[in-house]
Amino acid sequence: MTLAIASGKGGTGKTTLAVNLARAYARPLQLLDCDVEEPNAHLFLPGTEAASEVATIPVPEVDESRCDGCGECSRFCAYHAIVSTGTKALVFAEMCHGCGGCPRVCPRQAIREVPRRIGMVERRQAGDIALVTGRLDVGSVLAPPLIREVKRRLDPSLPAVIDAPPGTSCPVVTAVRGADFVLLVTEPTPFGLHDLQLAVDTLRELAQPFAVVLNRAGAGDDRVHRYCREAGIAIMMEIADDRRIAEAYSRGRLVFDAVPEYRALFSGLADTLLGGQGG
Amino acid sequence: MRELVVLSGKGGTGKTSLAASFAVLAGDAVVADCDVDAADLHLVLAPRPRERHDFVSGRQALIRPADCTGCGLCAELCRFAAIAMAARPDGTPVFRVDPIGCEGCGVCVRSCLAQAIDFPECLCGEWLVSDTRCGSMVHARLKAAAENSGKLVALVRREARRLAEEEKRERIIVDGPPGIGCPVIASLSGASLVLAVTEPTVSGEHDLERVLSLARHFQVPVAACVNKWDLNPEMTERIEAKAAAAGARLAGRVRYDAGVTAAQLRERAVVETDAPCVDDIRAIWNNLQL
Ligand code: SF4
Ligand code: SF4
Repeated sequence: MTLAIASGKGGTGKTTLAVNLARAYARPLQLLDCDVEEPNAHLFLPGTEAASEVATIPVPEVDESRCDGCGECSRFCAYHAIVSTGTKALVFAEMCHGCGGCPRVCPRQAIREVPRRIGMVERRQAGDIALVTGRLDVGSVLAPPLIREVKRRLDPSLPAVIDAPPGTSCPVVTAVRGADFVLLVTEPTPFGLHDLQLAVDTLRELAQPFAVVLNRAGAGDDRVHRYCREAGIAIMMEIADDRRIAEAYSRGRLVFDAVPEYRALFSGLADTLLGGQGG
Repeated sequence: MRELVVLSGKGGTGKTSLAASFAVLAGDAVVADCDVDAADLHLVLAPRPRERHDFVSGRQALIRPADCTGCGLCAELCRFAAIAMAARPDGTPVFRVDPIGCEGCGVCVRSCLAQAIDFPECLCGEWLVSDTRCGSMVHARLKAAAENSGKLVALVRREARRLAEEEKRERIIVDGPPGIGCPVIASLSGASLVLAVTEPTVSGEHDLERVLSLARHFQVPVAACVNKWDLNPEMTERIEAKAAAAGARLAGRVRYDAGVTAAQLRERAVVETDAPCVDDIRAIWNNLQL
């Protein structure tokens, strides 16, 4: 069972839900932090760092002694990452998607591929939770390949929770694709509703099953409830607008540990979605 | 012309509420919503569109089943695993491109021995120029699961500049995208000032560091402010000390105030209400000296 947790925008409580569900499950599971631009799950899960690996993508390197400036690579590249206008080809590696096209189209075999670092994949064990974190390098634009690297470490023999990046475009699509179920976290406000609608459009486009978790319930009005009722979307859990939750979060503490009265709520949802005893 | 970009690392820190308030306080700025993935500014500023344009960007591979010989070379070459085999009614293989996985690189198009792959341009969304109660606004909508938000951000900023020149406006206020990836980079390069909005949380601290190092990487001057600072005063001080050490100007603090959500429910900018934190927001705006 792979459960992805997403939201139309950040700061709605996505990571809070992911880490507390993982903690509440209380049996071995994996937590994949795919919010690679701002990975936060590790801040709530002290544990021992097991290993970290550099993630790379292949980018071209031009052998200048062979390049005659024909410009074939530059005409081919859809991302303007290799440029030659009658001169030797120049690579703008930070724009390269690593498609492997330019080495193929070069008539003089002047291009080979070399790895370029885009970020790190870190592993950590925090109690029962095997956390895998992707961390995009500052200045790198390529979240999707790093997210794919994190997901490659998914162990199918264990249940998994994926903390997806916020938004509705390529990074979030890469993170939630293939998950068995998606929880969309939102707030009962105009921004919350609007961002939820965008996320719903995306998941419908992907044809993935999902439900909603309402955070800060009581802080706004009933517009998210009304929308979900009309659109036939289940609200699987409501987390109250409780300053103690905000304060626990602020200190990097799990709601599960800091405000025990919410324990049953998280445990119940974890068992329902990730599989009960023996999961 | 001065361009302020409001960023937050992760979203939901009050970035859009602040940007809307600044737009009202400025009165005559051009406003640009560059959070094209989850644009919310229009929910406060109620723009009346006067122009609408398609956003066409990139291409997408499309295999013509009638011409596909089923050799599978394309699927082998696609680095993004976007091509999968399917079966025709008679059981022979045919290949199909998954439009969501395709990154539009063109490797398959170029390599197909039967030349069975088309490569049409994609309609990825739309962008609009609108009137609001505080000046012109450029905003956009990316289609669900679409790509190229970085390019759309660059386009929205370019149009905002053009408009500011045309209408002789001194200032541009940009509501930036979350994160530190491609849309954010597209939103801050060449800006006059970045305001990084954060909250006094362990993740806020962590995210702010990443935004500050990005601003430094692109050599854009940066100011920082802490929203809901009284949620954790010690953390606020720690964050401010770190921000200052990283070269950010401290622009101020905003208190924890239910009036922010209340303003949103009434579709007003916070500074158009009498919420207690209005004073805090005005002070930040004055400190920015945009
Ligand atoms: S590998 Fe692909 S994306 Fe990279 S430079 Fe070559 S053609 Fe462009
Ligand atoms: S254009 Fe590139 S990404 Fe798209 S299907 Fe072809 S090889 Fe794959």
